[in-house]
Amino acid sequence: MSTFVESSDEEARELFRRLTERPADLLRFATAGSVDDGKSTLIGRLLYDSKQVLTDQLEHVEQTSQRMGHDFLDLSLLTDGLRAEREQGITIDVAYRYFATAQRRFIIADTPGHEQYTRNMVTGASTADLAIVLVDARKGVLAQSKRHAFISSLLAIPHVVVCVNKMDLVAYDEAVFDSIVDEFDRFAARLEMSDVTFIPISALHGDNVVERSTAMPWYQGPPLLYHLEHVHIASDRNLIDARFPVQWVIRPPSSSVADYRAYAGQVAGGVMRPGDDVLVLPGGQRSTIAAIDTFEGSVAEAFPPMSVALRLSDEIDVGRGSMIVRPQNQPTVSGRFEALLCWMSERPLDRRRRYVVKHTTRTAIVGGLEVRYRIDVETLHRDERATALELNDLGRVRIELNAPLVFDSYRRNRTTGSLIVIDEATNETVAAGVILDTEVDELEPAPKSERSPNVRWQGTRMTRDRRWRALGHPGATIWFTGLPGAGKSTMAAAVEERLIVAGQSAFLLDGDNLRHGLNGDLGFDEAARRENVRRTAHVAQLIAESGTVALVSLVSPYAADREFAAKLHAGVELEFIEIFVDAPLELCEQRDPKGLYARARAGELAGLTGIGAPYERPEDPDLVLGTLEESVERGVERVLELLAARDILRDAP
Amino acid sequence: MPAATYHLPHLRTLEAEAVHVMREVAAEFERPVLLFSGGKDSIVLLRLAEKAFRPAPFPFAVMHVDTGHNFPEAIEFRDRRIEEIGERLIVASVEDSIRQGRVVEQTGPRASRNALQTVTLLDAIREHGFDAAFGGARRDEERARAKERVLSFRDEFGQWEPQRQRPEVWALYNARIRNGEHARVFPISNWTELDVWQYIAEEQLEVPSIYFAHEREVFERDGMLYAVSPFIEMIDGERAFSATVRYRTVGDMSCTGAVESSAATLEQVVAEIAATEVTERGQTRADDRVSEAAMEDRKRQGYF
Ligand SMILES: Nc1nc2c(ncn2[C@@H]2O[C@H](COP(=O)(O)OP(=O)(O)O)[C@@H](O)[C@H]2O)c(=O)[nH]1
Repeated sequence: MSTFVESSDEEARELFRRLTERPADLLRFATAGSVDDGKSTLIGRLLYDSKQVLTDQLEHVEQTSQRMGHDFLDLSLLTDGLRAEREQGITIDVAYRYFATAQRRFIIADTPGHEQYTRNMVTGASTADLAIVLVDARKGVLAQSKRHAFISSLLAIPHVVVCVNKMDLVAYDEAVFDSIVDEFDRFAARLEMSDVTFIPISALHGDNVVERSTAMPWYQGPPLLYHLEHVHIASDRNLIDARFPVQWVIRPPSSSVADYRAYAGQVAGGVMRPGDDVLVLPGGQRSTIAAIDTFEGSVAEAFPPMSVALRLSDEIDVGRGSMIVRPQNQPTVSGRFEALLCWMSERPLDRRRRYVVKHTTRTAIVGGLEVRYRIDVETLHRDERATALELNDLGRVRIELNAPLVFDSYRRNRTTGSLIVIDEATNETVAAGVILDTEVDELEPAPKSERSPNVRWQGTRMTRDRRWRALGHPGATIWFTGLPGAGKSTMAAAVEERLIVAGQSAFLLDGDNLRHGLNGDLGFDEAARRENVRRTAHVAQLIAESGTVALVSLVSPYAADREFAAKLHAGVELEFIEIFVDAPLELCEQRDPKGLYARARAGELAGLTGIGAPYERPEDPDLVLGTLEESVERGVERVLELLAARDILRDAP
Repeated sequence: MPAATYHLPHLRTLEAEAVHVMREVAAEFERPVLLFSGGKDSIVLLRLAEKAFRPAPFPFAVMHVDTGHNFPEAIEFRDRRIEEIGERLIVASVEDSIRQGRVVEQTGPRASRNALQTVTLLDAIREHGFDAAFGGARRDEERARAKERVLSFRDEFGQWEPQRQRPEVWALYNARIRNGEHARVFPISNWTELDVWQYIAEEQLEVPSIYFAHEREVFERDGMLYAVSPFIEMIDGERAFSATVRYRTVGDMSCTGAVESSAATLEQVVAEIAATEVTERGQTRADDRVSEAAMEDRKRQGYF
């Protein structure tokens, strides 16, 4: 029979206080690994070493370990529910486990790593704050590890931890670990992953799981549990865009509470306060938040993931499926969009079947569902000939609905950017999808102002001609492209100085500086770089229009993106000058003014242009500056000559 | 942006998610029902329903499947609580099912009405036309539950088919069912036993007195302590004695074991659970000990 720790009143109160007062938060993580990488052992180890395994469970593990002839505790038995099933060939799915430490409460979504189970990983990862990807030290980065990394990036899991397991079987060798880190980084560079941490562990012996390993003094980082306890997740939520999908209208009979009407739901983004102006979509009615109610009474603010009820100051038509937002920060309202789908049903996508989409609290019938391509999750290759999706396939589709949804791109908001597809005949959930930001994710430039079709350009009485004449010089954009460290910023800054001193308004837009503010939300994958260029090009265009010479210093590695910038200017007849600052990679790396190359080589920085990401040389730039062979002064002279030839320089006073 | 200050403690996060589930189900099903036993998990469910729908009445009924072998303290509490919150209670009685010949009472010292209540429950669901039933099951209770969905689908015979369960991604619940089918809904799936107690303490919810240490006539069987009652026969060698015990779950007197404990207040119970070394089910549910696969089998038959 079990006995309890007898606790005195005093102790009980103390323990109770600690439990209730500690500001513990909740971290959800998904674990993924190929069969036998040691996932069950790792989870068992986490539970066991953090003292979460209860006596009766442990007895079961001890007995079974003995029966199987082990001389050690087979901790994988703690979580072997799935294994038994796998052997019997029945449901394989996500299993949830729970444990807590003094710092945090954890929910583990344990997903079987067999290659067939993309669907399970998507399920487990959909709500995860963090993903643990297991790699067997002896086997290195397998196709399945790549699949796990890819899915983590698609589902925008904010943090990824790569656990290189079974280090005991490779003599705890640092070189083995390093080469796996390298290989993983090379693959990850092609994905959008913001925070990747590598930890060498032995799940079997407990090295670097809960306790720091003594066998790997070369590893300076924390053990896994410490990382799980301390990784910063509070800012992973979107606290900027107010989004409140209405689930339910609370309307008591007037006999009990007179005239009470509140819109209940869970905050999906932003911070909402009484007095806020709001807009109800898709209807478009405006009102103000009168109060934010909870069972305990009204509160001063609501933020994700709180469930509350909003009362509005006006009697307007709001029901389930409406979304309450702020008028100056609106999601997209449309029945047409593109999404990445993970197909989850045995029955392949079939356009003759009737599907519905459930998104936030809205449901709409699918009118058109066209597969653009299927993605091979291991090679990232796009199969453009694909016309259907099968179980565990990932593909990009164009969806057309009979009614609009109110959405953001998934990258922007995981709640307002996700959806499921349901087969009307079987009621099965056949796919999970993430909505893509078509402007950013689209290779060909999106139709102009597609997302804000009703916004008109505000004309002013000041014409370009009057403006430029009054200022005494025209505006233009000079675009410096080249590898990091090639000398773009140096050149651009020198040109800026010469122009200003000569009385001509000029302004340097430095890529790095822009990433502190305007572009601070962007990463470095292809889509983010494209968006970076798009925004910068628009800002440059406005500056040029104002009669200033905009000097853009931006790596802008893709020809298509630079072409977008050029076309944007050509479209409004503004001068656009492309200058290629050409320096050999070796030289850039040697200069390495920001230490980027060193970090990339050390595996700390994925996707640095020139190392982990491509740079497409301009084919026909207006000017090539070779910073290896010519001085800065000489380069500046050549730029000024070109500006003079194009009539951009201020007439000598 | 003081982003980091918008902090929601883990219990309030779990609460917000559970409230979200309840509102989704109320909105998407025609006739949900909330199952209330008077036990701690269903006490939490009732509070969550208040959080989700007040100041309006619940948009569903509350139902108890009464085996007739419940602890009198639990029944007394059940009626009082329902009265307090002003909702309607339906009682589906196993006694009636026996009288109507729907089920046959087991006999012998190990007889229990636990298995019988499945039939009573399914009959009541059919009779009232319920299409969704909220239950207080948690995934941490037992290994077979670890992969249970928040919305769990039952066919027209009330059976749980592993293959037919739907993937649950994000918080997007697919609530579509066919006529005759129904769903079991577990809003506190992600809560642990400790969470439940902590929540009860924070919310200052009343629970039946048997959850606290009290003096009781018990006897020992299979390493567990059972209450001496008219519903369970003692067999040779078993001997009644008096002990200070409390219950960790509220089930039938015939198959719910007590634990020796001196925890007499909520705080002490929470402290005890936090320091506990044995899982709730392993310790106090005789019916789960029968076989490892006990739970899975019963789930297939329509039990929770
Ligand atoms: N030597 C060694 N063996 C390990 C380690 N982790 C797991 N294993 C063994 O690898 C096998 C598969 O582990 P398991 O956890 O069941 O893998 P899963 O399929 O990913 O859950 C078992 O025999 C484990 O004992 C480790 O760190 N070192």
